[in-house]
Amino acid sequence: MIKVRDLHINQGDFILKQITFNLSEGEYVVLMGKTGSGKSTILEVICGLRNIEHGEIFLGDKVITSLDPGQRQIGYVPQDGALFSHMSVMGNIAFPLKLRKWPKASIKTRVNELADELGILNLLNRSTTNLSGGEIQRVALARALSFKPSVLCLDEPLSALDDETKEDMISVLKVLQRKHKVTMLHVSHSRIEAERLADRVLHMDELCGQQRER
Amino acid sequence: MIISESKKYHQHKPSRSNLGFYLIMGVIASTYILLIVAMIVADFSYTSPDHILEAIATPEIRYAIKLSMVTSTITMLLSLLVAIPLGYIMARVEFRLKRIVDAIVDIPIVLPPLVIGLSLLILFQTVPGQWIESQVRITYTIGAVILAQFMVACAFAVRTMYVTFDQIHERQEQVALTLGCNRRQAFFKVLLPQAKNGILTAASLAWARALGEFGPILIFAGATRMRTEVLPTTVFLEMSVGNIEAAVAVSLLMILAGFLVLFIVRYLGDRNAIR
Repeated sequence: MIKVRDLHINQGDFILKQITFNLSEGEYVVLMGKTGSGKSTILEVICGLRNIEHGEIFLGDKVITSLDPGQRQIGYVPQDGALFSHMSVMGNIAFPLKLRKWPKASIKTRVNELADELGILNLLNRSTTNLSGGEIQRVALARALSFKPSVLCLDEPLSALDDETKEDMISVLKVLQRKHKVTMLHVSHSRIEAERLADRVLHMDELCGQQRER
Repeated sequence: MIISESKKYHQHKPSRSNLGFYLIMGVIASTYILLIVAMIVADFSYTSPDHILEAIATPEIRYAIKLSMVTSTITMLLSLLVAIPLGYIMARVEFRLKRIVDAIVDIPIVLPPLVIGLSLLILFQTVPGQWIESQVRITYTIGAVILAQFMVACAFAVRTMYVTFDQIHERQEQVALTLGCNRRQAFFKVLLPQAKNGILTAASLAWARALGEFGPILIFAGATRMRTEVLPTTVFLEMSVGNIEAAVAVSLLMILAGFLVLFIVRYLGDRNAIR
């Protein structure tokens, strides 16, 4: 589904070289590494949020390396959810669909369907400012899935949650992946998350070998 | 500034054990507050409602009120028009001359107002300035009043918008981009609505600064009655002919206008924060 070929990333004092890996369709891959190892940077590069020196990224057979983030059709959930505080929960989930000019009725159906799946139907009319950590992640997931992306990139989505909420979210992520058949790339430094969720684990050390420079 | 809900959460009432600490802090802080209140009370005690009504009734002062309101509002809009893109660039874009641009933006804040007026006057004596004057007369016109107000007010608006955009995490725009926005949509649909309180603060600061501007206007636009006379000019002109009552009455009008604007902005800001 995703092919990353010979990526070179230069962030000034931080260089990643010759990053190459594949994600198969519907696969749940956890990318592990220490804090500061560059795993979130790779995720942001795949989403089109960072420039690269050279290399290629393929989505299926299509080269997406030079496409804008919005044209890549890749969902992205950052660690803090980054919900838009000036919109309600419903407004956040409907936002990508309004951008794509979906008919109102279809937007409503899609929002309700996702909210039902993620157990946030009761939150739809709420402001995003007073949600709990778990609720924020559920809304962020619903928003990222709303436009039916084929790949979902999750940047440490569970790291700020308490143990109980983390357990709930692990179940939610498993169900979502199965139901939506979406390819997941999940960045984490937690071995437990990797064991519970991953079809395959990628380690930054193996990806970069000894090539990472500071 | 407008206090957000999260900041309110951290506010607490002084307990018995640290009462002394808060008492000392409170005494020092209250001297400044008392001084402001005492000034305003003294102004009110110096004049009467009759004086204020009498002052408002004169055509010169009516003209000054109208001109002040119109020019301050135009200045506020022009300041926002410049401050929003400039504040955004300063907060989001890294470029080589950023530190220099940052310092230049602050020049109107640190320069004495008279110097700004003088510099504008000299600018319009240069070849490009004179060419502009030959197309549209600026010096000693209402245009000069607006330009003099704008030069100072805009700096405050830029500083406010810079801080506002800086405090909104860039991640918000990045997520908007992945959701299908282009850069323009991410700015208008995601960033700008979240900067609403900052925009309100910048607008009120620019308006209030423009209303109170005097030095640059006196030099660059003059103090001609019924032409370039704004409210601070009126205070100066009335003082210079010994009409203290009228000067105080006009000052009180400005205080009331300032209060009204600050009250409206805080009310709107609080409403946004509660939502």
